[in-house]
Amino acid sequence: MMDWQGTFTGIKAAWRREISAYFATPLAYVFIAIFLLVLGVFTWDLSRFFDTGAADLGPFFYWHPWLFMMFMPALAMRLWAEETNSGTAELLLSLPVNLPGLVIGKLLAAWTVAAFALILTFPWWITVNILGPADNAAIALTYFVSLVMAGSYLAIGAAVSALTRSAVLAFVIGVLVAFILTAAGWPLVSGAIADWLGPGAGDAAAQFSFLTHFETAQRGVLDFRGVTFFLGFTALCVALNTLFVAQRRAGAQ
Amino acid sequence: MLELKNLNKAFGDNVAVSGLTFSLQKGEVLGFLGQNGAGKSTTMRMISGALEPDSGDALLNGHSIISARREAQSQIGYLPEGAPLYQDMTPLAFLRFIADAHGLSRAQRNDSVDRVIADARIANVAHQPIASLSKGYRRRVGLAAALVNDPPILLLDEPTDGLDPIQKRAVRALVARMAPEKAIVISTHTLEEVPAMCSRVLVINNGLMVADDTPEALAKRKPGGLEEVFISLANGHDAGAK
Repeated sequence: MMDWQGTFTGIKAAWRREISAYFATPLAYVFIAIFLLVLGVFTWDLSRFFDTGAADLGPFFYWHPWLFMMFMPALAMRLWAEETNSGTAELLLSLPVNLPGLVIGKLLAAWTVAAFALILTFPWWITVNILGPADNAAIALTYFVSLVMAGSYLAIGAAVSALTRSAVLAFVIGVLVAFILTAAGWPLVSGAIADWLGPGAGDAAAQFSFLTHFETAQRGVLDFRGVTFFLGFTALCVALNTLFVAQRRAGAQ
Repeated sequence: MLELKNLNKAFGDNVAVSGLTFSLQKGEVLGFLGQNGAGKSTTMRMISGALEPDSGDALLNGHSIISARREAQSQIGYLPEGAPLYQDMTPLAFLRFIADAHGLSRAQRNDSVDRVIADARIANVAHQPIASLSKGYRRRVGLAAALVNDPPILLLDEPTDGLDPIQKRAVRALVARMAPEKAIVISTHTLEEVPAMCSRVLVINNGLMVADDTPEALAKRKPGGLEEVFISLANGHDAGAK
């Protein structure tokens, strides 16, 4: 039976602890500042935001999966690796909370920072409304799916972080896994997988493509399959993350 | 209050703890001795629930660390080896986190945190980042964290390691003050502390218990006193050669 009280206690304690860690150090501020800067440069320069002449945020949302692929593993890399490295994992695992609670609490803290970063992109939203009549419902929807997608990227990073004591290694592996999942719909990647594991595997991998699932949302269409996919994927990573930490408790490291 | 039943742990081929069985009553302070690598920390980690035993069980106030881990863990305060802390937090924030993890309400939390800050004498550094504190203060913050839930069982892994004589005395005084109400396990390899702090001594070597006695009785086993007894029990070929 699931221990709801233990889970909730764990979520609350871990969330508070991680939020204070993000904001007590420059980490969250630097993360948000660089994220906004890079997203701005990409949207402005590479996508020629104003040249399209259209009052929509397509060029802006286009970059979200690609930036999340790099930035979210950076946000999540220390969540578990640092606990192992500094020995605080020992203390954490001796507290009367259950593991899923800790895993979810840590993930939610990183997700909160990501949400802050997304909220601070509001000048883009205002700008399109100044340029012309914008479909604000569609934009709100895309923002929502983007936030849900950010959770999936963070969950990858957090799960990988539980496998190593090195935050840098967690980042590198996290980005690699995130890249494969982002671009799994590309012929380049799905073709490589098909060559390697057979055509079925290539098609299967394409089903997991974050880009494909985000594209429908980018058109402002509410696609429950996309949202369900990202939430389900996040839940899978949380389960793996819990398993990795449980294995450490069993002394298998 | 604390009961170990045939606790075993191996890491690969390396047996860390083998068939460890003992029980500890309220009011007892157990000095847990052994060479580095003898299995002291592994035992403490297993009692705290941070590490699962391969077999056996530990009952904390009647709660099994295997089948009722959360209830068992709420019975203990644990100071891990080296007193690991979150460097970015202040002692106050850190102790609040520990209280949150124990599921204390806001009022209970504030009371407990105030109490342990006073007990561990860290009020003057409560608002400084832990990273900026001296080793002695960090150890005391770790001790305070172990006391937040006012646990009936305390596990202190080398609580005085690396402290200066004055700090060591302060820790000993704290232990002495708490001793009547709790069952306390202290691992150490500073032998002179043992008679001052402990009412009972347990020596392990290569994961096996080799002695369980009072400090006085143990010291009488050899003319050289506790140190000689410890060296012969701990199978110290190198140390015995001189």
